[in-house]
Amino acid sequence: MVEETLVLFKNIRKPEYSKTLEGYKKAGGFQTLKKVFGMKPEKVIQTVKDSGIRGRGGAGFPTGLKWSFMQKGSSKPSYLIANADESEPGTCKDRELMLKDPHLFLEGMMIGCYAVGCHHGYIYIRGEYFPAIKSLNTAIEELYADGLLGQDPMGSDFHLDLTVHSGAGAYICGEESALLDSLEGKRGQPRVKPPFPAISGFNGCPTSVNNVETLAYMPFILGDGGVDAFKSFGPENNSGTHLVSLSGHINNPGVYELRMDVSMRDIIYEIGGGIRNGKKLKGVIPGGSSSSVMTADEVDVLYNFDELANIDTMLGSSAMMVFDEDTDVVKLLLRITKFYAHESCGQCTPCREGTHWSRNIIRDFLKGNGSDEKLKRLDRVGGNMLGTTLCALGDAAALPIQSFVKKFPNDFRKYYAKK
Amino acid sequence: MNILKTRIKLFSKEIQNQVNELLSRYPIKQNALIPILLLAQKENDGWLTEEWMKHVADCCEVPLTQVEGVVTFYTMFRLKPPGKYHLQVCTCVPCCLLGGTELLEYTEKKLKTHAGYTTADGLFSIEEMECLGACSYAPAIIVNEDYHEQVTPEKMEKLINNLSK
Repeated sequence: MVEETLVLFKNIRKPEYSKTLEGYKKAGGFQTLKKVFGMKPEKVIQTVKDSGIRGRGGAGFPTGLKWSFMQKGSSKPSYLIANADESEPGTCKDRELMLKDPHLFLEGMMIGCYAVGCHHGYIYIRGEYFPAIKSLNTAIEELYADGLLGQDPMGSDFHLDLTVHSGAGAYICGEESALLDSLEGKRGQPRVKPPFPAISGFNGCPTSVNNVETLAYMPFILGDGGVDAFKSFGPENNSGTHLVSLSGHINNPGVYELRMDVSMRDIIYEIGGGIRNGKKLKGVIPGGSSSSVMTADEVDVLYNFDELANIDTMLGSSAMMVFDEDTDVVKLLLRITKFYAHESCGQCTPCREGTHWSRNIIRDFLKGNGSDEKLKRLDRVGGNMLGTTLCALGDAAALPIQSFVKKFPNDFRKYYAKK
Repeated sequence: MNILKTRIKLFSKEIQNQVNELLSRYPIKQNALIPILLLAQKENDGWLTEEWMKHVADCCEVPLTQVEGVVTFYTMFRLKPPGKYHLQVCTCVPCCLLGGTELLEYTEKKLKTHAGYTTADGLFSIEEMECLGACSYAPAIIVNEDYHEQVTPEKMEKLINNLSK
């Protein structure tokens, strides 16, 4: 029987847990921060490196490595920005953390700020998350009142401020360089890289942008025995647990904390309770809408970064969207493509034009104007977006298109074969 | 059309304090542009006028063109007044799988208007949303600032009837 492994959700899963500073401290909160204040920042970064944690925002970049890129001895201030712009369709894990256990994430963020030498951290949260914004602001007020934020918390000589910064509704601002532009008060459009944010980020200063879930692991990883425990939760190079957002045609949708060595079949049928109304599984979008779709007979793989990369898809933000045999995948792909057409920032031609073209071609199929030639064209338009844009939004739009065409060609044909 | 020449109302004292507090949280004033615009929009019943944009531009010491560029880029900024209750219906992937599209159609039919528009009495406006980040509780909607989850047409009908009272 597959069960949850509780690291981030250990408080949330207790029915009696009160999400106040007092409740969090009673559950052992801020012990790790106290310990971290006694360590050198380099040692903190090394510990995070040793744990092997990879960023949980989508790209899976090793967090310790990212922090070690931060420019040392710069005359400019350093910044740590928490990326709480959770907008990838299917993903609702950071919201769960910020709503139900905000102090855990904030302690992790404070540890991160200490590690990279940041004295003012910003939490860039998507504007629609009104309840989560309130929850974070209340928690931050508590921390200031308690002296944990501001001057010299816990007798250390480290001062730290945290500010919640609300976005205003743009998916692209989840891309780190667009996020930085948005935080600076501009349109959120991805930058040319290099220079990477670690050299020139927020207002041109060294900056590290990290996902909320990634930061929330810090109190555990830097706690006693944290590194070894964390590594034991998954195979080599895929250490730790992760928060899986399960949605779609499933009996028990929800956010679950699972080890990285659980198979997708077990997640769907044991954790998720199988497909609704006794239907059969048709496919799964495994890592947010940007990942390549999988068919029902591909789900016997472990749900982690490397295993999914091996079969040409990705773990992304660990958001599994499950759909049953009655699903019209052409309509589903139309909805996905509409999303990218709406959210393309308009900067790079392949993405700005390609997302609209592909949406129009899919509409043609639904109107009964499909053909073999158009199916090929759809695949080609997708191919022309791959790797030709400044950020990954072009790829994110192309991967679902190409994989749907490859894996469900008969669903497209059915729209024009009748004629 | 005198709707474009609505009252020029500057920030109330309380909001001005919030604006000053926001400005003090950033290394340069321009950084606070988006949060201040959101405050301004809230203060002006959910939409922005040129007067407001000018005022915010002055607060943040940026040109008006930059403010207009920002306002037209982000979907949460509105240039026409929303209804008293702004119904934001998610139809993105997980919500679409579980009836979000039908929920939007139902809402449009029930209120006899379309997404992007406001009812004649000014009470409701509808907006079709991209992912709201409540995917495991689909279909989701936001009414003004409150999330409602696993919304069925029946629930929507009840909600609209309650709000109409």
